[in-house]
Amino acid sequence: MRTLGVLLEKEFLQLFRDPFMPKMIVFFPILVMLIFPWVATLEVKDVRVTVVDQDNSSLSRLISNEIEHSAYFEFQEVAKDYDRALLRLEEDRTDAIVSIPAGFEESLLKGSPKKISISANAVNAVKGSVGSQYLTQITGSAQQEFLQEKGIQGLSVPEVTVTNRYNETLVYRNYMIPALMIMLLILVCGFLPALNIVNEKERGTIEQINVTPVKQSVFMLAKLIPFWVIGLVVVAISIFTSFILYGLVPSGSWLEVFLACMIFIILMSALGVVVANYSSTMIEAIFLMFFVIMIFVLMGGLLTPIESMPEWAQYFTFILPSRYFNTIMRATYLKGASILDLRLEYAALAAFGLIFGLLAAITYRKRS
Amino acid sequence: MTHCNDCLISVRDLTKKFGDFTAVDHISFDVGPGEIFGFLGANGAGKTTAMRMLCGLSYPTSGTGQVAGYDINRQGERIKAHIGYMSQKFSLYEDLTVFENMRLYGGIYGLRRKEVEERADAILRRLDFLEERNTLVGSLPLGWKQKLAFSVATLHRPKIIFLDEPTGGVDPITRRQFWEMIGGAAAGGTTLFVTTHYMDEAEYCGRVSVMVDGRIMALDSPARLKKMYGAASMDEVFRLLARGAERGG
Repeated sequence: MRTLGVLLEKEFLQLFRDPFMPKMIVFFPILVMLIFPWVATLEVKDVRVTVVDQDNSSLSRLISNEIEHSAYFEFQEVAKDYDRALLRLEEDRTDAIVSIPAGFEESLLKGSPKKISISANAVNAVKGSVGSQYLTQITGSAQQEFLQEKGIQGLSVPEVTVTNRYNETLVYRNYMIPALMIMLLILVCGFLPALNIVNEKERGTIEQINVTPVKQSVFMLAKLIPFWVIGLVVVAISIFTSFILYGLVPSGSWLEVFLACMIFIILMSALGVVVANYSSTMIEAIFLMFFVIMIFVLMGGLLTPIESMPEWAQYFTFILPSRYFNTIMRATYLKGASILDLRLEYAALAAFGLIFGLLAAITYRKRS
Repeated sequence: MTHCNDCLISVRDLTKKFGDFTAVDHISFDVGPGEIFGFLGANGAGKTTAMRMLCGLSYPTSGTGQVAGYDINRQGERIKAHIGYMSQKFSLYEDLTVFENMRLYGGIYGLRRKEVEERADAILRRLDFLEERNTLVGSLPLGWKQKLAFSVATLHRPKIIFLDEPTGGVDPITRRQFWEMIGGAAAGGTTLFVTTHYMDEAEYCGRVSVMVDGRIMALDSPARLKKMYGAASMDEVFRLLARGAERGG
């Protein structure tokens, strides 16, 4: 225990004496939370819409009006015929066309509505698909509004309205913030310990430690505990920053957010040790760690949904701890899920923590 | 083969191979208490490899040995509590102060904080180094770093101190002071095991071994070796022995 104490003292002294580290611990999460929620977004805005109104009824005017006043669209004109609108689409002067057929209002009131057609330029696939989805919603809700105003009930509206539950405003930012926290933890708690240990190897200072009776486990614990503390500080700073900037607070339990983070921090730091044990130079460690990070981030569902990956890739994600942590963080943060709802994910995360911890202990050798 | 039980170091047929390359080839020797044992050899002769096996940093490929009464094959970690080690490359923490380094290593060897402070102050006073107590080690000149590294290796009063080319790159005056420190430690009953390739330093040793291509070619006191080879200096002895060397520089 006393050995752990003196080693911890050494690690913290070195940490605070480093000209770079203490500043990074504070400013890194703030900067990430300040910049990336705006940048890492798939949100579509300013979709240019041309409405072809062949009905010219109060309903069709209502739909045009709704589109005109939505923040997502840039309303361009009401064209009389579809061909002219299509020409505009081809010339890239508009992104989407909403075409309302003649007699539309009448058909709706009779209970057998004609279909509104939506054509979008899908060269920019995201803008195309998300834009037309928005349009589907907005035309649907306009029709519902219209029927309500007329006091008619029991008539069906043709389009399916997709309500975005949990992230109701569909603020993509909120969706990205938990994922950004995960990336921060991967960098701070995986990368930094690996580099720190390899640095001692390169300087030869670890050899002086290896020739003392210090136990491997005690030395490693002293190396990792500071990064656990740093990890929790980074989480706290990012939660606070995202509250101040975006008003986002975990809708689930704060304690559970921290618990999940703690498991993930331990797991990542153990992985960092394994990487360090297999690298004799910084370059090697950086390269290995980068590879791990890319897989964790790109395949863990942090940026793109796992459901949209090919099947083989979906199976592969089961062996990625970032997948489970991502599910826990988003569910706890945005949906308010509890540890009971997420018991499988917590169990998987803890199991990975154990495996990586064991690997870290086995692969560190004081003797060659 | 039997080991010398009164000796602090006793090895028989110690061998280390890296693949096809035999770095250390069946070496055997004994070192008694309070002895200054010089481990001479050209670069690449296998000195450091042999020393790392004695310190429990490297497993022998074959052969047996005892250091401080513990088996080098099976009790490596027990050995570590009784030895001090100073590697070729300066390896104290440069971003810690002189005293913080001492406190760290003292603590690792189980010394109490008060003990460390007393010993550190005594050492620093003897080195006339008290005013540098709170200086970052990285800002010290090399000669001082080496003296400090030696002092840290003696802090827990080990039975044996292993020094791997401790005077590399150090000026002649500091080298002389350094050997006085080594002499002082030996007079206090500590055994010293020193590798070097400065042949004039061999004269400070009680006994020396000369290693060529992983084998020990000669082992005796400097005076007897010079007589045996009809040489005027250890330098000459070494050149006679190393003439047939195939590796190293």
